[in-house]
Amino acid sequence: MSTIEARGLRKSFGSTIALDSIDLRIEEGRILGLIGPNGAGKSTLLNCVLGLIPYEGDLNVIGLNPWRARERLMQEVCFIADVAVLPRWLRVSQAIDYVEGVHPRFDRAKAESFLARTQIKRNSRVRELSKGMVTQLHLALVMAIDAKLLVLDEPTLGLDLLFRKQFYDTLLNDYFDRTRTIVVTTHQVEEIQQILTDMMFINHGRIALSCSMEDFETRYTELAPRADSLAEARALKPMYERQILGRSILLFDGANRARLAPLGEVRTPSIADLFVAVMGEQAKGAAA
Amino acid sequence: MSSVSDTSSLNVPAARTDAHARTRPFIWSVRRELWEHRSVYLAPLIVAGLVLFGFLIRLARLPHIVQSAESLPWWKQYLELALPFAIATLSVLVTGEIVAVFYCLGALNNERRDRSILFWKSLPVSDLAAVFSKATVPLLVLPVVVLVIAFLLQLLMLLFGSAVLLKTSAGPGALWTHWPLAQMSLTLAYLAVIATLWLAPVYGWLLMVSAWAKRLTFLWAVLVPIGLSVVEKIALDTNYVGSLIQYRLKGFLALAFNQPPKNPTSIDPVALMTPLRYFTSPGLWVGLVVAVAFLAAAVWLRRDREPV
Repeated sequence: MSTIEARGLRKSFGSTIALDSIDLRIEEGRILGLIGPNGAGKSTLLNCVLGLIPYEGDLNVIGLNPWRARERLMQEVCFIADVAVLPRWLRVSQAIDYVEGVHPRFDRAKAESFLARTQIKRNSRVRELSKGMVTQLHLALVMAIDAKLLVLDEPTLGLDLLFRKQFYDTLLNDYFDRTRTIVVTTHQVEEIQQILTDMMFINHGRIALSCSMEDFETRYTELAPRADSLAEARALKPMYERQILGRSILLFDGANRARLAPLGEVRTPSIADLFVAVMGEQAKGAAA
Repeated sequence: MSSVSDTSSLNVPAARTDAHARTRPFIWSVRRELWEHRSVYLAPLIVAGLVLFGFLIRLARLPHIVQSAESLPWWKQYLELALPFAIATLSVLVTGEIVAVFYCLGALNNERRDRSILFWKSLPVSDLAAVFSKATVPLLVLPVVVLVIAFLLQLLMLLFGSAVLLKTSAGPGALWTHWPLAQMSLTLAYLAVIATLWLAPVYGWLLMVSAWAKRLTFLWAVLVPIGLSVVEKIALDTNYVGSLIQYRLKGFLALAFNQPPKNPTSIDPVALMTPLRYFTSPGLWVGLVVAVAFLAAAVWLRRDREPV
């Protein structure tokens, strides 16, 4: 069974269309990166998936209709919607007590052991913790829940590099077990490239690109041609060209690596570079 | 039941059901409210403390007050001896009402303003359970808290007063006859019940405004009815909205108690109670239906409003 399945998913706010007929299917055990510019519709999509807002079209999350069965869904789904949502008056011990009191799949011992690795004191209030500690606390609560789907919407926004790194390491080492599914949005794409199994670009409420990371690696090639072979490389129709320190970098879609190798330095592009290429082309297309 | 696989296959679902039985979303949600809103018990406690402090100072004059009251007519005597008790207990009750108003106005608004609603909604607690647990605070928790505190307060005042009066020739008897503990406790409990049920639609309205307004909940909650009343007065020269509001705020007293007789020689509030008239009045039941409607609207608003 797919963890998330959407057909013709639409959502509009007044006259603005936030999601324009989205079809998607996310299988169990995947880690999907949802990437797009601000206002692209990422958070709207996640809010639909989490049953926080009504929508049009078909949407199934672990076999449930999220809008009709949010309460039931939340027994199987966890989410962290950026760092600042734990109420400031809440004590750490109260947070643990409360989640234990309402969540049938919460494992208190697990949460305690995650917290034991941090500097967080049990009787501190959230307002007394640093931003990084709040995220550690939220992560400890969420990781102690035996859920099928974890949704992270900009979970590391405003955190320093150390905490961001630690966040994803913990997630991958202590939580992900290949039966769970994780959906994550972030602007720091480079940092999660290594952990993703799938990626999806969203722009203007539509899916601009969707592929697995294996496909991504075989399909897209970046070439830094030698000066004398630039014309030859351009003749192979790159999808995008950018200049770095006076050197051209060409991005190819579906090119034969063996054919490109003699022309210069060949490598797999970063998601961020592909993102710029895809979104840049779309912007040009829209302007034309 | 002999093989290992048998027991383990039985244990897994059993563990699940146990976990389900252990979770009590409603109880924990009410507890959560008390963590956030400590004023629910702190405010009445502080008021009770202040009242007690005032009474302790009065204790120095109490023997004199009792002595000089003996020669006064009955009702003046009553004022001298019972009035401090009435003021003390009523101020605790009124504090409870004020706390309830501000609690309701914040209950569904704060969580949206600090975005913590995204955290609460990430847990398997329905909007119905969330709103119901918040409505429980003014409808059940606060009345009980206030009653317990008021009861203890009057008990302490009686005991302290008696201790001081024991040494005097008059003795503590007058105190207990003018403020009979059992009857006055019953009256307080009756007052709390009739006021809470009667005001339920007010709490419902406040909770709904709290779920609806982005901010300035107090202004919305108060200015809408006042505005309606003013518009009606100017447009039609009638005052239905205004009198409806007045009826809702204090109409329960006339329904739940008989008028005391003129020139009484004693006051027994228990004898003046008319619970049958109160509980069969349409005003109560219409109010409760309206309260349920407001709460249903609050549930719907909490579910439907965009996060933040």
